[in-house]
Amino acid sequence: MTLDPTLALVETRKVFAGEGTVAQAVFYGLSVLTIATFFTGIVLRVRKYGRGRPAREGRWMRPSHREDVPEVTTKPSFAKGFWTVATNRTISRDQPSVGMAHLLVFWGFLGLFAATTILSLDYDILGNVSPLLVGHTVSFFHGPFYLAYNAVFNLAGVIAILGTAHLMGRRASHKEPRLDYTRAFKPEEGYSRKRFMQGDWLFLWLLMALFVTGFLIQGLRIDEAHFPGFERWTWMGYLTGLGWNAVGVGPHLAAHVHPWLWWFHILMALAFVAYVPFSKANHMIASPANLVVNDPANTRRLPSPPSGHPGYTSLADFTPKELLGLDACTKCGRCHYVCPARTAGAPLSPRDLILDLRQWVNRQEHIPVVLDQEERPAATGPLAANGSTAVAGDVIAPLTLWSCTTCMACVEVCPVGIEHVPSIIQMRRKLVDEGTMDATLQSALQNIAQQGNSMGKSARMRARWTKGLDFTIPDARKEPVEYLWFVGDFASFDDRLQGLSRTLAGILHHAGISFGLLYEDERNSGNDVRRVGEEGLFEMLVEHNLAALAKADFQTIITTDPHTYNTLRNEYPSYGLDKPVRHYSEVLTDLVLSGRLPIKPLGGHVTYHDPCYLGRYNRVLDAPRALIEGLGCELVEMPRNRTGSFCCGAGGGRIWMDDSFLEERPSENRMKEAVALGVDTFVVACPKDFAMFSDAVKTTGNEGKMTVVDIVQLVDRALDRDRLPSLQAAQAAPEPTA
Amino acid sequence: MRIVVAMRQLADLVEELEVDDSGTDIDREFVKFVANEFDESALEEALLIKEGVGADQVEVVAVALDEPDVDQTLYTALAKGADKAVKLAGVPEGWVSSHTRASAIAKWLESQQWDLVITGVQAADDLDGQVAGLLGRMLGVPHVAVVVSAVPEGNVVKVSQELGGGTVAEEEVAMPAVLGVQAARQSPRYAPITRIRQAMQAGGLSEETVEVSGDGGRPTVRRLYAPEKSGQAEMLTGSAADVADKIIELIRAKGLVKS
Amino acid sequence: MANDVLVVAERSGGQLTDITYELLGKAKELAGAAGGRAAVALIADSSGVDSLGAADVVYTVEGPGLEGYSPEAFEKALGAVVDAADPRLVLMGTSTLGLDLGGSLSVSWGAPLASYVIGLDTEGSDIVATSQLYGGKLLAEAVIDGPKAVCTVIGGSFPADAGRAGGSPEVVQVDAPAGLSELKARFSALREPDRSGVDITTADLLVSVGRGIGSQDNLELVEELAGALNAPLSASRPIIDQGWLPKPHQVGKSGQKVKPKVYLCFGISGAPEHLEGMRNADTIIACNTDENAPIFDVAHYGTTTDLFDLVPELVERLGS
Repeated sequence: MTLDPTLALVETRKVFAGEGTVAQAVFYGLSVLTIATFFTGIVLRVRKYGRGRPAREGRWMRPSHREDVPEVTTKPSFAKGFWTVATNRTISRDQPSVGMAHLLVFWGFLGLFAATTILSLDYDILGNVSPLLVGHTVSFFHGPFYLAYNAVFNLAGVIAILGTAHLMGRRASHKEPRLDYTRAFKPEEGYSRKRFMQGDWLFLWLLMALFVTGFLIQGLRIDEAHFPGFERWTWMGYLTGLGWNAVGVGPHLAAHVHPWLWWFHILMALAFVAYVPFSKANHMIASPANLVVNDPANTRRLPSPPSGHPGYTSLADFTPKELLGLDACTKCGRCHYVCPARTAGAPLSPRDLILDLRQWVNRQEHIPVVLDQEERPAATGPLAANGSTAVAGDVIAPLTLWSCTTCMACVEVCPVGIEHVPSIIQMRRKLVDEGTMDATLQSALQNIAQQGNSMGKSARMRARWTKGLDFTIPDARKEPVEYLWFVGDFASFDDRLQGLSRTLAGILHHAGISFGLLYEDERNSGNDVRRVGEEGLFEMLVEHNLAALAKADFQTIITTDPHTYNTLRNEYPSYGLDKPVRHYSEVLTDLVLSGRLPIKPLGGHVTYHDPCYLGRYNRVLDAPRALIEGLGCELVEMPRNRTGSFCCGAGGGRIWMDDSFLEERPSENRMKEAVALGVDTFVVACPKDFAMFSDAVKTTGNEGKMTVVDIVQLVDRALDRDRLPSLQAAQAAPEPTA
Repeated sequence: MRIVVAMRQLADLVEELEVDDSGTDIDREFVKFVANEFDESALEEALLIKEGVGADQVEVVAVALDEPDVDQTLYTALAKGADKAVKLAGVPEGWVSSHTRASAIAKWLESQQWDLVITGVQAADDLDGQVAGLLGRMLGVPHVAVVVSAVPEGNVVKVSQELGGGTVAEEEVAMPAVLGVQAARQSPRYAPITRIRQAMQAGGLSEETVEVSGDGGRPTVRRLYAPEKSGQAEMLTGSAADVADKIIELIRAKGLVKS
Repeated sequence: MANDVLVVAERSGGQLTDITYELLGKAKELAGAAGGRAAVALIADSSGVDSLGAADVVYTVEGPGLEGYSPEAFEKALGAVVDAADPRLVLMGTSTLGLDLGGSLSVSWGAPLASYVIGLDTEGSDIVATSQLYGGKLLAEAVIDGPKAVCTVIGGSFPADAGRAGGSPEVVQVDAPAGLSELKARFSALREPDRSGVDITTADLLVSVGRGIGSQDNLELVEELAGALNAPLSASRPIIDQGWLPKPHQVGKSGQKVKPKVYLCFGISGAPEHLEGMRNADTIIACNTDENAPIFDVAHYGTTTDLFDLVPELVERLGS
C-alpha cells in the first residue's frame, strides 16, 4: 500500500511516513491486540455490573416518570446528565480552578481522540473500502479539511497539556487533605495506599507524555518536510518544528529521529488504550455513565431492601448502578472533605467506603487493576481473598457504617454522581438484622416499637406539652382542620423543646390558622428509623401513622422536624399519603411575608444553620432566609451554607447512639464556624439542631457569646402583639410564656 | 436438651396505671401489655445456652399464658431464635396470681419433655410470690432465683446467683431445674420487626389448653391505690447558678467541702 | 406455736443484716398483739444469738450442705424449722433468700404468700399486708386470713431499732432435715465483688448518676464533679448494666447499700430497688428533670434543674 507521491503536492501529509510494510503490519497487529484488551476490560466491568441484582428489581436506569416523589431540584434527565458531563459542572462547582483544568484535559483529550478517529476513518476505513467500491483510493484528508483539522486539534493538544500540567502542579505542590489518602478507619494490621498515589501519577504522566510526544513528532515531520507554508495551520506542530531546528535538529536528523519517536508515541498510545479499563483512567468511561444515570432522589426516598434479604450481604445484592458508581469514583476526596463523620474523627470516610467496596468487588470478579489499589500485610476487609467476607461488618466495619449521619453532603458534593447514603443504609439493614448495634440505639428502637417514640414515654403523654397553653389545640381526628401538625418525638417529649412547640402553637393560634394534632395517635414518623436500617419498624410506623392520618380531616401537613418532613414528603407517598407537606419555617415565612403576623423589626446580626433534611434534602433554602430578613435581622452566612451546610451530627439515628468516640462533635465544629463570624445569634429550624447546638454552645465554652434560637422564637420576639387582632381581643389574658 | 422459657405479659410500666371500678385491680381495658422485662432476660439466657451448646442440640420453647398481646411476645421470641412458641389457654382473664400461673405451667409441663425451665426472677405485680420458686416446688425440682448466668455442663447447669451487695454464689444444679433470671449474660437482643413479621406470617404459634385451679395462695386484695406523694423533698428553685449555690451550701454545712 | 411470728435471718459476710432486725422488730409487734412469740430462724450458722435479744425464741439448724449457700439446702432447713416452730406468720426479706424460699415455702407449707410487703398489720385474726406493686406505682392492701402466712418484705420498710433490743431468747436446736447430704443444687464458690478500686459503702459523700445522664460520654461531666468533691462516683443499675461503670459502683438492692452523710444524685428517677440501697443516707439531694420522679419522695432536697446545666455550675464553684 504505497501512496502516490504526487498527492503530496496538495496540503496533506503521509500517514505512515517512511514506515515499511512490516512496521505497518506490526502496528496493525498491536492495534488489534490493544483493542481486544480494551474491550476485554470493558466486558469484565459490564459483566461485573451484571452480577448485581437483576435489573428489573434494581433498576438500571432512573424511572422515566416518577409521580410519587416530588422533585426538589430540576428533574434529572439524560440530557442534563450529558450537559453535566460536557461542562464538567460538578467538578468546578466547589473547586473552580481544578474544574477548569479538568475541563481543558477533558475537551483536549476528546479532541485528540476525535482527531485519531477521523484519521482512522479516512485512512483505515475509507482508504481500504473505497478501492473496492470505486476502483481507486478516496481520501478527504487533504486540502482545507487537513488545514482545519490540524489547526483545531493542535488547540486540543495544547489545552490538554495546560490542563494536565495544572493538575500535576496541584498534586506536586499542595498537600490538600482531600489528596491525602490517609484512611478514616484504620485497619489493625496497617495498610499502605502508596499505589493510589502511584496510579494517579502514572495516569497524569501517561497523558502528558502522549500529548507532548504527539507535538514532538509533528514538529519533526514538519522539520523533515522543510516547513511547507501550509503547515503553519498546524501551528503548534510548526512551532515545535522550529524548536527542533533551534536545538540543532535539522531536516536530515529529523528524518532519523522521527521513526523512533513515532514508535515510542504509538506504543505508548496503544498501551494507554489497553490500560484504560484497568486503571484510574477507567473513570473516563464509568464517571460520565454514572452521571447520566444517577438519581439524587434515591437518598431522599430510600430504596427498599433487596427482596428476600433484610439488607446487603453479597455482591449480588448491589444494584448494577451502585456497582457502576464504585467504578466511577476518581478518589477526588470532596466527600472525604465535607463528611461530618470524618471531620469529627469517626472511622467513616465516604471515599474510603466506596474504594473499599470497589476493591472488594474487583477482587471477587478477578478484575486486574494497574496500581490504584490499597495494600495490607494481611488479606483483611476489602482485600479478603474471596467473597465470603460479610460486606456489612468485615469489608466495612460496623462503626464505620454507624458513623454516618445521612446528611447527604457526600452525595451532594460528588462530582460523578455516586450515591453513598443508600448503600450505607442497605448495609446497616444487615447489621440491624444481626442485632449488631449500639445498646442505646437498640433501646431507642425498642421504645419506638413499643411506645411509638424513642424516649419510651407513654403514647398518651405525647400531647402533654400542650398543657399550659391558654387554648386547646383541636383534635384533628374529631374536627376538620386546615393544617395537621405532625409534631414529632423531640418537639413533643423533650423538656428543652416543648417550650418551642408551645411558642409555635401560640403563633399559629394567634394568626388564626386552623390546625390540629393527632394527639396520642401520632408515632415517630420513621425517617431516622429507616435510615438506621430498621425497615420493618419503619413500615410499621408508616402503617400506623397513615391509619391515624386517615382518621383526620385536613388539607396540609405541617411538620416541626425536617427529618419528619423528609419522610412524609418523599417516602410516605409511596405508601399512599396524598397530602402536601410543609415545614413550619415555610408556614411562618408565608404568615410574616403576607402580613398576617404583624412584625416589629428586630434588627441585629444572626447566622442561620440549614438543617440537612430541610436544605440539602428538600431545597427549602430561601424561605427561612426570607423570613429572617423579613423579621428585620441581618443574615450573616457561615462559610458552609445552603446545600453545603455542615451537619449537626444528629441525623440518621446518630442522636440515639453513643458519640463518645468522636474527637470533636460535628455540632462543636459547626459552632466554632459560627462564632468566628462575630454574630451572637445562631438560628435553627429543627428541634434536634436546637438541642445539639445548645449543648455545643456549652461544650465549646461559648455561653454568653452565642445563643441558639429557633426560628419560631425569633418570630415570637418580633411579633407586634399590639397589632395582633385576636390578641387585642384577649388583652386581659396574660400571654403564655414559652 | 430442651429449655422451656416461661414468659408473661405485664402492664407497661411506662403507662400511667389506673385502678378499675372494683378498686382492687388495674384498669386492664386501656393499659398496654408488654413482655415482662425479666422474662426477656430469661429468653436471652436460654438463647445464649443454645448458642453455646450448639443450635442442633438445644431446643428452646417459649411458653406463655394467653394474656393481652401475648402473640407479639411469643412471635418476638421466635424471631429472636426460639424454636417453638406455645400459648396456654384456659386461664381466667384478669390479674392472674403467681400461684395460678405456676400451676398452669406445671400442668402443661406434665405433657412435656424438658430439662430446664427458665423464667424471669420476678414481675412487678407478683403479689403472691415469684413463679420460679413456686414452680420449682410444685414440680419438686431444684430452683434458683436471681440468676445472672446459667451454663449447662453434662447433666448439671452451672449457675451464678446474685446474693446482694455484689456477692455472687456459684452453684451446680442438677437438671431438671427451674431458674429465675435476674439478668442474662448479655442484654436481650433486638428482634428486627421484619423478622417478627416473618414469624407471624409463618404462624408457628401453637395453642394448648390447660386446666387450672383457682387463686389459692394469694391474699385477697382489698384495695389497690396509688401511694400518696410524700413530697418530702424541699425543692431548690431558681437558675442553675442559684441551685448550685444552695447545693454547695448544703454539702458545706456537713463539713464535706473545704473552705 | 400458732400465734408466733418467725423471722428468717439473713447474713452478709457472716453478720446478720439490717433486714433481720427490721423484721424482728415487726415480728415482736405483731406477735405481741396476738399473744404469740417473736422467733428467729438461724439457718446454717448459729452465731449471733446474743444480738437477737429482741426475740423470744431462736431456732437454729445446722448440718452438711448448709455451708455456703444452696437454695435447696436452705429450703429443706427452713422447712424443718417451720415444722418445729409452727408459726402463724413467716417473714423474710424480698432478697435473694426471700425470692428463693418464699414461693417454695408457700407451696410446701400450704400458706398464702404476700410479696413486696412494705406494711404489715393485724386486724383481728387477719393479717393485712401492704405491698408495693408495679415498680412502686401502686400499693395493694391485701388480707390474709387463715392460720398461716408467708410475707417477703422490702428492706428498709420497718425500723430496725426495735429488733435490736436486748434480751435472752430461748434457743431451740432443730435437727438437720433429711436429704442434706444428697442435694441436687450444690454450692461451689462465692465471688465477692472486687472492691480494690472503690468502696462506696464507707464514703461520707457520694455523687451518684442514673439513666438521665443519657450517654457514657456525659459521665465525664459528673466524674469531674465527683473529683472536685473528692467523692466516689456511684450509679444506679442501668449505668452498670450498660457497662459504663463497674459493678462495685452500683447502689441498690443488687448493688451496695450505702449510708453516706450526703447522697447527691443526678438523673436517678428512684426505682424501688435503688431507693432500697440509699434511703438511709443522712441527706439526699436529688436532681431530676421529672418533677414526679419518686426520688423526690425520699430526697431531702430536690431540684428539676437540668443536670447538664447544674453540674458545670457546681464544678465551677468547687474548682476555684
